[in-house]
Amino acid sequence: MRFLEEFRDPETARGLLDSIRVMARGLPQVRLMEVCGTHTVSIFRYGIRDLLPENIRLISGPGCPVCVTPSVFLDQAICIAREPDVTLVSFGDMMRIPGSESSLEMERARGRDVRVVYSPLDALQIARENPSRLVVFLGVGFETTAPAVGVTLLRAKAEGIGNFLVLGAHKRIVPAMEALLKTEGFSLDGFICPPHVSAVIGSRPYQVLAESWNMPCVVTGFEPLDILQGIHMLLEQILAGEHKVQVQYRRAVPNGGNPAAMRVMEEVFQVKESLWRGLGKIAKSGLEIHEGFSHFDAMVRFQPQITEALDPPGCQCGDVLRGVLEPWNCKMFGTLCTPQRPLGPCMVSGEGTCAAHFKYGWKLLQKNKAGFKGGHRGQ
Amino acid sequence: MDSRILLDHGGGGLLMAQLIREILVPILDNDVLRRLGDSAILQIDKGERLAFTTDSYVISPIFFPGGDIGRLAVSGTVNDLAMAGARPLALSLGLILEEGFPMEDFIKILESVRDTARETGVAVVTGDTKVVRKGEADNIFINTSGIGIVSPGIDTSGRRVAEGDVVIVSGPLGDHGAAVMTQREGLRMEGTLKSDVAPLWPLVERLLTLGEAVHFLRDPTRGGLASVLQELTCITGKSVELQDRDIPVRAEVQSICELLGLDPLYVACEGRFVAVVAQQQSQRALELLRGHPQGSEARIVGRILVDPPGVVLLRTAIGGTRLVQLPLGEQLPRIC
Repeated sequence: MRFLEEFRDPETARGLLDSIRVMARGLPQVRLMEVCGTHTVSIFRYGIRDLLPENIRLISGPGCPVCVTPSVFLDQAICIAREPDVTLVSFGDMMRIPGSESSLEMERARGRDVRVVYSPLDALQIARENPSRLVVFLGVGFETTAPAVGVTLLRAKAEGIGNFLVLGAHKRIVPAMEALLKTEGFSLDGFICPPHVSAVIGSRPYQVLAESWNMPCVVTGFEPLDILQGIHMLLEQILAGEHKVQVQYRRAVPNGGNPAAMRVMEEVFQVKESLWRGLGKIAKSGLEIHEGFSHFDAMVRFQPQITEALDPPGCQCGDVLRGVLEPWNCKMFGTLCTPQRPLGPCMVSGEGTCAAHFKYGWKLLQKNKAGFKGGHRGQ
Repeated sequence: MDSRILLDHGGGGLLMAQLIREILVPILDNDVLRRLGDSAILQIDKGERLAFTTDSYVISPIFFPGGDIGRLAVSGTVNDLAMAGARPLALSLGLILEEGFPMEDFIKILESVRDTARETGVAVVTGDTKVVRKGEADNIFINTSGIGIVSPGIDTSGRRVAEGDVVIVSGPLGDHGAAVMTQREGLRMEGTLKSDVAPLWPLVERLLTLGEAVHFLRDPTRGGLASVLQELTCITGKSVELQDRDIPVRAEVQSICELLGLDPLYVACEGRFVAVVAQQQSQRALELLRGHPQGSEARIVGRILVDPPGVVLLRTAIGGTRLVQLPLGEQLPRIC
């Protein structure tokens, strides 16, 4: 497993951390945001936050597709799953998200035909094998998953498959990053940009953040050494007073992205405003199924009469997603809101900020010892 | 939201633990059940004790690289006995067959049951067969129960676990779970990975020559190493400190986990065990295990602490620290 061990080497990590510590001495408080849920999990899995100097703070942003999918989408999906002759197909991590009064997992327990797949092409195969059923795939995710769903729709069209539909909730990450910067009172010193999304869109779309908002950006891989090197590159920019887009994750991200994947996205989807759980509506941040593919659009076919679903009262996930609130300072964290019974988006997904704090947060345990009343155990 | 049984209630995680502790045990309550061991330990005279256990197997697919449901059903029950420190004596075999199940497959599975039982020197001495209508079961479900004898002085329940004890795993983690996942619908992979499914008594028998120095034994099935160690901290109130760099995981298993966003610490094994052994006997324990083909890759992966109480900590490869929590239910593959 050379290709993984090389990116987890303790000696190289120590060298990078020493260098980060030296650079941090010349800096005031620095706030860096990772906007990818897998980054968040990696940072916690390897205990990276604890290893950084006190004045270098990592903040988790709105980069988990499950977390930012609004309750109304779940309610619409559940509504469709309850239709006769419908098979609802989803990626696994959507199963436990609570809608207003149910979840896909609960619907499956109630006897609805809800299935988990690893690829949208598997959902298409289910449609081929079950011509008497309407197979609805939940198209959730960022630019990472949109091309695969697009290819699946193109194949369904080419084969003339009439019983395959997509309920779409795809999102674009850069408009959300820009929306955060526009938020009053929000301050940031650099973005750790998401690698999977960037493998599709390339590094150029982040130029707007670097140029219009003077924001250093580094597209960074998921391994611990990738993340440490990404932080190192951001600090170098900050110390030099620069703001540019750099790619640490060269082994997977060309500047121009993946042109074939982008062509598929342009053909199948159109850019529109989108509702983000915890952040509200953001212009140009969604990918809607193009009118030319409307016969594959589950929203058009079923027109579920659910247009609004309220997040739980008192939920402070919006503040957590903007990095203005640490999870343990939320009054519901670890008591009313746990991974077992998540109330807000950040606790919903395994890649959510609160879930990561709850699952891996060693620092939180130390705070508990010092008198914090949240608690990991006995929930 | 109404309350129903979910798949997660069988996933070996937090929901399953709650189902057992908060619903099942209070209703059926008795002193033996309340201990929640892999086997029930029944005193039959002043010296030897009887271990009694049962388990049901509903795996899909029923044939997988390295084994099948028959080998799994015998190994699982033999291992539950072995984890109680019990020498297996006899097994029962309960079969629920779906109408239409191929006779050829049925015979293959029974031959596998026979061969695996012979490996351990145990016999299937009683059984039961039912056939249900098409669609009312998934091919074949098997229940096996087993009885065994625990020698005087042996106590693997965790009651003797003390600060400084070492945590040993008998081999690489996650082979079974990863091999089964690769076979499941929708995940077609090629490789050399095989399930580790095997009866563990021959290996445990060697370790138990250390007698009272063996303080805890448990096989990391559903929920993996993380669930076993969480259970250990619940039983003892003490903590476990794991060293990530020492935890053996095969490259293929690591790759599958990376691809699906799963953590090998939570992936099931069916032919490995976790042992907590007194520190003074730790090297001897390793020698004993490594002297047997099933234990050739045994490793010390951590130690027992008393402060902080009741948590599993992992020191990461790059020097950080994190908690290892009980999973909620089954691990679910991620979106991206």
